Amino acid sequence: MIGDTPASSATYAVQGHGLVKTFGDFRAVDGIDIAVPAGSIHGILGPNGAGKTTLLRTLLGIIDPDEGHRSLLGDPAPLRQARNVGYLPEERGLYPSMKAFEAVAFMGALRGLPLKTGRQRARAMLEDYGMGASAEKPIRQLSKGMAQTVQLFGTIVHEPRLIVLDEPFSGLDAFNQGKLEALIRDQARRGVTVLFSTHVIAHAERLCERVAIVAGGRIRFDGTVAQARDRLRPQVRLRTRLSDGHWRRALPAETLAEDGAWHFALPEEGIEPLLRALLDGNAGIESLSIERPGLHDAFVAIAGEAAARQMRQDQTRVEEEA
Amino acid sequence: MKEMLRAAFVIARRDFAAVVLSRTFIFFLLGPLFPILIGMAFGGLGSRISSTDLRPVVGLAMPPADAARMEQAEARLGERMAAQTLPVLRRVPLSPAPDVQLANANADVMVIVSGSLMRPIMTGQPDDIRRLEGDISLIASAALAERSLHLVHVEPQPVSTSIGAQTQGRLIIGRIAQIVIFFLTLLLAGMILSNLVEEKTNKIIEILAAAVPVDAIFLGKLMAMLAMSFVGILFWGSTAFAAFLAIKGPDTSIPEPAIGWPLFLMLGLIYFAMAYTLLGSLFIGIGAQAATVREVQTLNMPITMGQMLIFFFATYAVDKMGSPPEIAAIILPFSSPFAMIARAAQVDTLWPHLLAIIWQMIWVGLIIRVGVLLFRRHVLKSGGGWWKQLFRNATG
Repeated sequence: MIGDTPASSATYAVQGHGLVKTFGDFRAVDGIDIAVPAGSIHGILGPNGAGKTTLLRTLLGIIDPDEGHRSLLGDPAPLRQARNVGYLPEERGLYPSMKAFEAVAFMGALRGLPLKTGRQRARAMLEDYGMGASAEKPIRQLSKGMAQTVQLFGTIVHEPRLIVLDEPFSGLDAFNQGKLEALIRDQARRGVTVLFSTHVIAHAERLCERVAIVAGGRIRFDGTVAQARDRLRPQVRLRTRLSDGHWRRALPAETLAEDGAWHFALPEEGIEPLLRALLDGNAGIESLSIERPGLHDAFVAIAGEAAARQMRQDQTRVEEEA
Repeated sequence: MKEMLRAAFVIARRDFAAVVLSRTFIFFLLGPLFPILIGMAFGGLGSRISSTDLRPVVGLAMPPADAARMEQAEARLGERMAAQTLPVLRRVPLSPAPDVQLANANADVMVIVSGSLMRPIMTGQPDDIRRLEGDISLIASAALAERSLHLVHVEPQPVSTSIGAQTQGRLIIGRIAQIVIFFLTLLLAGMILSNLVEEKTNKIIEILAAAVPVDAIFLGKLMAMLAMSFVGILFWGSTAFAAFLAIKGPDTSIPEPAIGWPLFLMLGLIYFAMAYTLLGSLFIGIGAQAATVREVQTLNMPITMGQMLIFFFATYAVDKMGSPPEIAAIILPFSSPFAMIARAAQVDTLWPHLLAIIWQMIWVGLIIRVGVLLFRRHVLKSGGGWWKQLFRNATG
């Protein structure tokens, strides 16, 4: 495992060690170690087919791993913790003939919430969300986004300690994506651990305190977003009036010239020696920017350009479908 | 276990409400009554057709006195024999000759009997003569006998108990109970086959599997379908009982099963529930493997054949209490409820029922477990060895 080593099951809401899951000859999960600190928002980032869903299903006890151990809220039998866990699967599913508030209450009842309480909470949640008029409607009469919201409420109606969301943003428009982000933050503020998978880096970057980058069934990185970004040196972009001079010798060897500007990673000794050389050589500094790399850059570096390319394709396809 | 039962109850409540509160449930309740009504209508029509049109008509070209005695004898025999056994007798002119009458375009009799009572002559096609000569001989003999012999009077000597009659009555009750349970199971258990298809097509199965043990899903579905069956049975049973009272009247005496009616009816319900859950647990396991309704439909036929086989095995042993076939039918889990209800009708010992019910429940649990194992392996693609899966904790 890259990142922290689990200290105790009390501090980690989810733990997996040496998890392996194969389908035929395909190793969907290939020796994964993961630890999700309690109370954090933890993202699992990776392209489609990276093994995110299989990993989540294994951690939740829907499927058993071929090898390895897992624990959910400190319990090695995940279903024993069902009352404390909420799960939104990637493939959304609801009974079409069920009324919206009944669907929320039913999902709560599955996880031990009394039906009466579930109904009351469901009505309140739908009302607060502006869907009060749809509470009595059968699911088949709701829009896709509304049905998805109903399912999300069903995931949290029993007030779980851990919420697992598999691609929660897929199929939602920008407005509802924003609402979902707010809801996730709100749950985290209440001390709930949120573990979600996504192939959209922006969501992970905005929401997560920690991310696990998965590619090819393996975790390539597990740590904070800052740690992921710190794996790359800041990028310097320099534009000078003169294109040549003695000062050029101060530029790093891997410097690229692009669009009339110099691009290079911030040298380990800092920017000051270069600045001094530029000033002494009268290079004529027109602009100088030092940018901290984003999660996307970190992902590219960690998971490899091939995985990043696949993610971009996935994202484009999703946007086109939306 | 408590948690699993709670989860199963949540699933059962949803399924039960979804079925019973749907509009189609009315058709489900009325469905079995349609064939009965149609059967009654066609049965009435059929009996009218057979009593009026299908009995062969025999022409009597005999002297009037002989013809009258033939008719009287036919009427007297007809009273004691099954309906429509004897041919219809109709007088025809003495001339022209029978062969000429039969050749007439307006002839409406099959054969013609001429001559006298002592020496009747039958004219007709060879096959018709072969078919009817025995009947005409019997009628003529009876007509002749009535001249010299009187009908022997049987003196009745009533007794309060007859073990032979009781045995026969209980055997009939046992057979009827088996048939009723079989038809109810056949009618209702097949529905379980397609029970998980809804969850799979609507992608709800993952929500369920993440929240509750798969065993609870299977058990909950069985509970819901069983409860729905009880609603149906209550409705059909009440209708049948009302119809019985209307047709036969409240004073009709019916034989008593060996363990008495209240206990017998209770055991009948229990054995129906066991037959239903035994087959249901098998069906839900098989149906869970099917991805589409079409696959479920394809599975229906061989399963129905299997049910028939089990039923025939159980009925074979019904009049052989204590024999190896009966013991085998009791031990074989799928035929056990049928064999045991027949036993309840004929034998008054109760403890074997307790053993049989426990035995059947063990098998229900085992079959559900194997169904869950197959579901986890083939549908959820879950890992782990067979034995590990079979004996794993449901919440594992």
